[in-house]
Amino acid sequence: MSAVLEWAINLSLFMLSLAIAFASIRLLRGPTAQDRVVALDSLYISGMLLLLVLGIHFGHHLYFDVALLIALFGFAGSVAMAKFLLRGEVIE
Amino acid sequence: MNPGSIPVWAQWLVALCLVTGALLALIGAFGLLRLRNFFQRIHAPSLGNTLGTWITVAGSVLFFSMQAGRPVWHEVLIGCFIFITAPVTSILLVRAALGRDRRASVSRNDEPTGKTGDEDDGT
Repeated sequence: MSAVLEWAINLSLFMLSLAIAFASIRLLRGPTAQDRVVALDSLYISGMLLLLVLGIHFGHHLYFDVALLIALFGFAGSVAMAKFLLRGEVIE
Repeated sequence: MNPGSIPVWAQWLVALCLVTGALLALIGAFGLLRLRNFFQRIHAPSLGNTLGTWITVAGSVLFFSMQAGRPVWHEVLIGCFIFITAPVTSILLVRAALGRDRRASVSRNDEPTGKTGDEDDGT
Protein backbone atom coordinates (compact mmCIF):
# COMPACT_ATOMS: atom_id res chain seq x y z
CA MET A 1 0.00 0.00 0.00
CA SER A 2 1.35 3.37 -0.94
CA ALA A 3 1.96 6.27 1.39
CA VAL A 4 -0.94 8.27 -0.05
CA LEU A 5 -3.53 5.61 0.65
CA GLU A 6 -2.12 4.89 4.11
CA TRP A 7 -2.23 8.59 4.99
CA ALA A 8 -5.78 8.98 3.68
CA ILE A 9 -6.95 5.92 5.62
CA ASN A 10 -5.43 7.23 8.83
CA LEU A 11 -6.92 10.69 8.31
CA SER A 12 -10.39 9.34 7.57
CA LEU A 13 -10.21 6.97 10.56
CA PHE A 14 -9.38 9.96 12.75
CA MET A 15 -12.23 12.05 11.32
CA LEU A 16 -14.76 9.24 11.70
CA SER A 17 -13.66 8.68 15.31
CA LEU A 18 -14.18 12.40 15.93
CA ALA A 19 -17.65 12.14 14.37
CA ILE A 20 -18.46 9.21 16.67
CA ALA A 21 -17.23 11.25 19.65
CA PHE A 22 -19.47 14.22 18.67
CA ALA A 23 -22.47 11.93 18.26
CA SER A 24 -21.82 10.33 21.67
CA ILE A 25 -21.62 13.76 23.30
CA ARG A 26 -25.01 14.60 21.80
CA LEU A 27 -26.29 11.17 22.87
CA LEU A 28 -25.28 11.78 26.47
CA ARG A 29 -26.27 15.46 26.60
CA GLY A 30 -29.37 15.54 24.39
CA PRO A 31 -32.19 17.43 26.06
CA THR A 32 -35.01 15.33 24.61
CA ALA A 33 -35.39 11.67 23.72
CA GLN A 34 -35.59 12.32 19.97
CA ASP A 35 -32.21 14.07 20.10
CA ARG A 36 -30.73 10.92 21.56
CA VAL A 37 -32.29 8.77 18.83
CA VAL A 38 -30.88 11.04 16.10
CA ALA A 39 -27.46 10.87 17.78
CA LEU A 40 -27.65 7.07 17.88
CA ASP A 41 -28.59 7.04 14.18
CA SER A 42 -25.62 9.23 13.27
CA LEU A 43 -23.38 7.11 15.51
CA TYR A 44 -24.16 3.81 13.80
CA ILE A 45 -23.71 5.34 10.35
CA SER A 46 -20.28 6.65 11.37
CA GLY A 47 -19.36 3.26 12.80
CA MET A 48 -20.41 1.59 9.55
CA LEU A 49 -18.23 3.98 7.54
CA LEU A 50 -15.38 3.23 9.97
CA LEU A 51 -15.76 -0.48 9.20
CA LEU A 52 -15.70 0.20 5.44
CA VAL A 53 -12.46 2.18 5.81
CA LEU A 54 -10.99 -0.59 7.98
CA GLY A 55 -11.94 -3.10 5.28
CA ILE A 56 -9.88 -1.09 2.76
CA HIS A 57 -7.05 -0.87 5.28
CA PHE A 58 -6.81 -4.61 5.80
CA GLY A 59 -7.92 -5.51 2.27
CA HIS A 60 -10.43 -8.07 3.49
CA HIS A 61 -14.01 -8.76 2.41
CA LEU A 62 -15.28 -9.71 5.86
CA TYR A 63 -15.70 -6.08 6.94
CA PHE A 64 -18.34 -5.57 4.25
CA ASP A 65 -20.62 -8.17 5.89
CA VAL A 66 -20.22 -6.58 9.30
CA ALA A 67 -21.01 -3.13 7.86
CA LEU A 68 -24.12 -4.48 6.11
CA LEU A 69 -25.30 -6.09 9.36
CA ILE A 70 -24.73 -2.84 11.26
CA ALA A 71 -26.76 -0.95 8.64
CA LEU A 72 -29.65 -3.45 8.84
CA PHE A 73 -29.87 -3.64 12.61
CA GLY A 74 -29.24 0.07 13.08
CA PHE A 75 -32.16 0.89 10.80
CA ALA A 76 -34.41 -1.58 12.65
CA GLY A 77 -33.41 -0.10 16.00
CA SER A 78 -33.91 3.50 14.88
CA VAL A 79 -37.34 2.76 13.43
CA ALA A 80 -38.36 0.88 16.57
CA MET A 81 -37.28 3.76 18.81
CA ALA A 82 -38.99 6.35 16.58
CA LYS A 83 -42.21 4.31 16.60
CA PHE A 84 -42.00 4.06 20.37
CA LEU A 85 -41.63 7.85 20.65
CA LEU A 86 -44.49 8.33 18.21
CA ARG A 87 -47.11 6.04 19.69
CA GLY A 88 -45.82 4.62 22.94
CA GLU A 89 -45.61 1.08 21.55
CA VAL A 90 -43.49 -0.48 18.84
CA ILE A 91 -45.83 -3.00 17.18
CA GLU A 92 -49.54 -2.25 17.15
CA MET B 1 -2.42 -7.39 0.28
CA ASN B 2 0.27 -7.06 -2.35
CA PRO B 3 1.28 -3.44 -2.71
CA GLY B 4 1.87 -3.26 -6.45
CA SER B 5 -1.53 -4.51 -7.51
CA ILE B 6 -3.32 -1.17 -7.62
CA PRO B 7 -2.37 1.64 -10.04
CA VAL B 8 -1.40 5.00 -8.67
CA TRP B 9 -4.36 6.96 -10.09
CA ALA B 10 -6.75 4.50 -8.45
CA GLN B 11 -4.95 4.93 -5.14
CA TRP B 12 -5.28 8.71 -5.37
CA LEU B 13 -8.97 8.38 -6.28
CA VAL B 14 -9.67 5.96 -3.41
CA ALA B 15 -7.83 8.27 -0.99
CA LEU B 16 -9.86 11.27 -2.20
CA CYS B 17 -13.13 9.33 -1.82
CA LEU B 18 -12.28 8.16 1.69
CA VAL B 19 -11.23 11.59 2.95
CA THR B 20 -14.26 13.29 1.40
CA GLY B 21 -16.71 10.77 2.86
CA ALA B 22 -15.16 10.95 6.32
CA LEU B 23 -15.13 14.77 6.15
CA LEU B 24 -18.85 14.81 5.26
CA ALA B 25 -19.64 12.49 8.18
CA LEU B 26 -17.57 14.73 10.48
CA ILE B 27 -19.41 17.87 9.29
CA GLY B 28 -22.74 16.14 9.91
CA ALA B 29 -21.76 15.10 13.43
CA PHE B 30 -20.42 18.60 14.16
CA GLY B 31 -23.72 20.10 13.07
CA LEU B 32 -25.54 17.59 15.25
CA LEU B 33 -23.47 18.82 18.16
CA ARG B 34 -23.64 22.55 17.49
CA LEU B 35 -27.10 23.41 16.13
CA ARG B 36 -29.70 24.80 18.49
CA ASN B 37 -32.98 22.88 18.51
CA PHE B 38 -34.08 19.47 17.34
CA PHE B 39 -35.59 20.49 14.01
CA GLN B 40 -32.34 22.12 12.97
CA ARG B 41 -30.30 19.26 14.34
CA ILE B 42 -31.98 16.52 12.32
CA HIS B 43 -30.80 18.11 9.05
CA ALA B 44 -27.10 17.83 9.81
CA PRO B 45 -26.47 14.05 9.98
CA SER B 46 -28.32 13.34 6.73
CA LEU B 47 -25.32 14.89 4.96
CA GLY B 48 -23.06 12.14 6.25
CA ASN B 49 -25.80 9.53 5.91
CA THR B 50 -26.38 9.93 2.19
CA LEU B 51 -23.50 11.62 0.39
CA GLY B 52 -20.78 10.48 2.82
CA THR B 53 -21.92 6.87 2.63
CA TRP B 54 -22.15 6.93 -1.16
CA ILE B 55 -18.68 8.43 -1.60
CA THR B 56 -17.08 5.98 0.85
CA VAL B 57 -18.84 3.06 -0.85
CA ALA B 58 -17.63 4.30 -4.25
CA GLY B 59 -14.05 4.38 -2.96
CA SER B 60 -14.44 0.89 -1.53
CA VAL B 61 -15.90 -0.47 -4.79
CA LEU B 62 -13.03 1.05 -6.77
CA PHE B 63 -10.42 -0.36 -4.38
CA PHE B 64 -11.75 -3.93 -4.34
CA SER B 65 -12.38 -3.91 -8.09
CA MET B 66 -8.79 -2.86 -8.72
CA GLN B 67 -7.51 -5.40 -6.22
CA ALA B 68 -9.51 -8.31 -7.62
CA GLY B 69 -9.05 -7.36 -11.28
CA ARG B 70 -12.80 -7.66 -11.96
CA PRO B 71 -15.79 -5.48 -11.08
CA VAL B 72 -16.90 -6.00 -7.47
CA TRP B 73 -20.33 -4.46 -7.04
CA HIS B 74 -21.73 -5.91 -3.86
CA GLU B 75 -20.76 -2.93 -1.69
CA VAL B 76 -23.38 -0.87 -3.54
CA LEU B 77 -25.91 -2.81 -1.42
CA ILE B 78 -24.96 -0.74 1.63
CA GLY B 79 -25.32 2.49 -0.31
CA CYS B 80 -28.75 1.54 -1.68
CA PHE B 81 -29.93 0.37 1.72
CA ILE B 82 -28.86 3.57 3.49
CA PHE B 83 -30.25 5.63 0.61
CA ILE B 84 -33.68 4.02 1.08
CA THR B 85 -33.81 3.85 4.87
CA ALA B 86 -32.37 7.21 5.98
CA PRO B 87 -35.42 9.29 4.87
CA VAL B 88 -37.78 6.80 6.55
CA THR B 89 -35.99 7.23 9.86
CA SER B 90 -35.95 11.02 9.49
CA ILE B 91 -39.67 11.24 8.71
CA LEU B 92 -40.61 8.99 11.63
CA LEU B 93 -38.39 10.95 14.03
CA VAL B 94 -39.74 14.35 12.95
CA ARG B 95 -43.30 13.07 13.30
CA ALA B 96 -42.52 11.71 16.75
CA ALA B 97 -40.94 15.03 17.76
CA LEU B 98 -43.96 17.01 16.51
CA GLY B 99 -46.36 14.75 18.38
CA ARG B 100 -44.33 14.90 21.55
CA ASP B 101 -44.10 18.71 21.41
CA ARG B 102 -47.82 19.01 20.83
CA ARG B 103 -48.68 16.63 23.66
CA ALA B 104 -46.29 18.39 26.02
CA SER B 105 -47.77 21.84 25.28
CA VAL B 106 -51.36 20.54 25.60
CA SER B 107 -50.69 18.90 28.93
CA ARG B 108 -48.94 22.05 30.14
CA ASN B 109 -51.94 24.20 29.22
CA ASP B 110 -54.44 21.74 30.62
CA GLU B 111 -53.07 21.25 34.05
CA PRO B 112 -55.13 22.81 36.85
CA THR B 113 -53.62 25.93 38.30
CA GLY B 114 -53.39 26.69 41.95
CA LYS B 115 -55.31 23.67 43.21
CA THR B 116 -52.55 21.31 44.21
CA GLY B 117 -50.17 23.68 45.84
CA ASP B 118 -46.50 24.09 45.03
CA GLU B 119 -45.54 20.61 43.85
CA ASP B 120 -45.12 21.70 40.21
CA ASP B 121 -43.24 24.91 40.86
CA GLY B 122 -39.79 23.42 40.64
CA THR B 123 -40.16 22.05 37.13
